[in-house]
Amino acid sequence: MRFYEYESKALFRRHGMPLGQSGLAHTADDARRIAGEIGGPVVLKSQVLSGGRMKAGAVKFADTPDEAAAHYDAIVPIVVNGQTCRAVLVEEKKGIAQEYFAAITWDGRHKRPVLIFSDMGGIDIEEVAETHPEHVSKTHFSSLLPITPRIAKEAIAATGVTGQALNRLTPIVFELMQVFLRYDLTLAEINPLARLEDGRFVVLDGHIDMEAEARGTHKKLLEELGIGAEETRQAREATAFEQRGAEINAQDHRGVAGNVVEFDGDLGLVIGAGGGSLTLFDAVRKHGGKPANYCEIGGNPSVKKVQELTRLILSKPGVRKIAVMMNVVSNTRVDIVARGVIKGCIQSGKDPKDVLAIFRIPGAWEDEGFKILAKYGVDYCDRSVSMYEAAGRAVAKLNG
Amino acid sequence: MPGMFIDVQVDEAVAKDPAIVKKLVEVCPVNIFAQQDDGTLRIVEENLDECVLCDLCVRAAPEGTVRILKLYES
Repeated sequence: MRFYEYESKALFRRHGMPLGQSGLAHTADDARRIAGEIGGPVVLKSQVLSGGRMKAGAVKFADTPDEAAAHYDAIVPIVVNGQTCRAVLVEEKKGIAQEYFAAITWDGRHKRPVLIFSDMGGIDIEEVAETHPEHVSKTHFSSLLPITPRIAKEAIAATGVTGQALNRLTPIVFELMQVFLRYDLTLAEINPLARLEDGRFVVLDGHIDMEAEARGTHKKLLEELGIGAEETRQAREATAFEQRGAEINAQDHRGVAGNVVEFDGDLGLVIGAGGGSLTLFDAVRKHGGKPANYCEIGGNPSVKKVQELTRLILSKPGVRKIAVMMNVVSNTRVDIVARGVIKGCIQSGKDPKDVLAIFRIPGAWEDEGFKILAKYGVDYCDRSVSMYEAAGRAVAKLNG
Repeated sequence: MPGMFIDVQVDEAVAKDPAIVKKLVEVCPVNIFAQQDDGTLRIVEENLDECVLCDLCVRAAPEGTVRILKLYES
C-alpha cells in the first residue's frame, strides 16, 4: 500500500529525519498562506500515487505567495498516469550541492531486505546502475538479527562517499532501515536525499510502500497519518469480479481462496502455493495462453471457498476452461480442492471433465484427490509433470 | 442438500443419546453435527462435503455406530 509523499514525510519526521519546512495545501489560499509562512522560494508538488510528476507539469516553483497560489490552480487539474491530485505539498526550495539516493526494499531472491545507496540521486536509479555501477551499492541485511549503523556506513562508503558527508548520511540511512523494518514496509525510499550548499542534509522526496497484510498491525499509525481503512491505494479500483473474490475469501477463516485479479483472457485460473500463482500465471502466458484471472489459493481453504471461487471464475464472460494448478503442497489438501472445484463446476451447470483443462495439484492427500478426479473424468497429473508443462497442457487443451 | 462426496451414517440409538451427540458436536472440526433442543442429533447436510476424514467422530462414538462414507468410491 503506497503512501503519498506527504504521508511518507510525516513518518520520516516522526523518526527525526531532516526535512524542509512545508505544508499541505487543499486550496489556492492554503498555498499562498504556506508560501508566505515559509517566506522564500517554494516548490509545489502534486500529491499523487505515481511517479512522472515533473514531466507531467505537476511540480512547479514559485518565488512569491501569489505565484504559489496560481501554481496551485494549475497543478490540481493535472492527471498524472491516471492519478488525480489529492492535495499540493508546498515546500521550501533549497540550494542543493549534491543529491543522493537511498532505498530499502525486499529482495525476494535473497529473502532479505536490501539497502540500495547511490551518490547520484535525483534521477532514475536503474539508469545510474546501468551507466555508473560504481556509484550504486547494494547491501543485504537481516530482518531478524539486530542491525547497526555500520551496515549503512559501509553501504554509503562503497560508493566513494567519505568524511563529513559519510558521517552525516549514516544516521539518516540507518533510520530509514529501521523504519523499513519497524513498519513492515516493502519500500522505503528517499530520492533525492540532498546535501545543501551549507552542508546540511535534507530529505527532498520520499516513497513508502507498506505490505498490505500489515495494515492491521499498524492501524494506529495509519489512523494518525489520516489513511482511512477504506482506502485501498491500488493502481485502479477493484472490479465487481475482484470484489466478489474478496468476499469469498473473507467468508471463512480457513485458508486462502481469493486475491483475485481480473484479466481479459479465456482461461480461468485456480492457482497457488508458495509463489506458484505467479509462476503458473507466467507459464500460461509463456505458452501463449490468455489468463482470465489471477488468484491465490492455499493454506487449506474450505470446500465451500474453492467451490465459490470456481463458480465466480466460470461466471466470467469469455472463460472457456479452468486450469487448477499448484506447486507441491503440504499445507493444502488435494482432495479438499478437488471437491471444491468439481462442486463449483457442477453448480455452474458445467461438466467438470469438459471445463477443467487440467488439475495439477500434487501433495497432501493426493491419492484421495485423484480418486475424486478420476470419478468425474477430470484430466489430472501428479508431480512428475512440471508446473510449466501442466500450464502448456492447459493452453493446448483450450486451443485444441 | 446432501453431500456430493461425503455422507455420514449414525445409528439411531447413538443419534438419540444426548451425551454422545454432545461429544460428536464437540469433536467435529467442520460442524457436521448439531444437537437439537431435545438432545437428539441433526446432521448438517451443507457441511458434509467439508469433512476432513479425521475420524474423530468415529472414535467418539461406540465402535461401528458412526460411519463416514466416501461417495466417490462407490
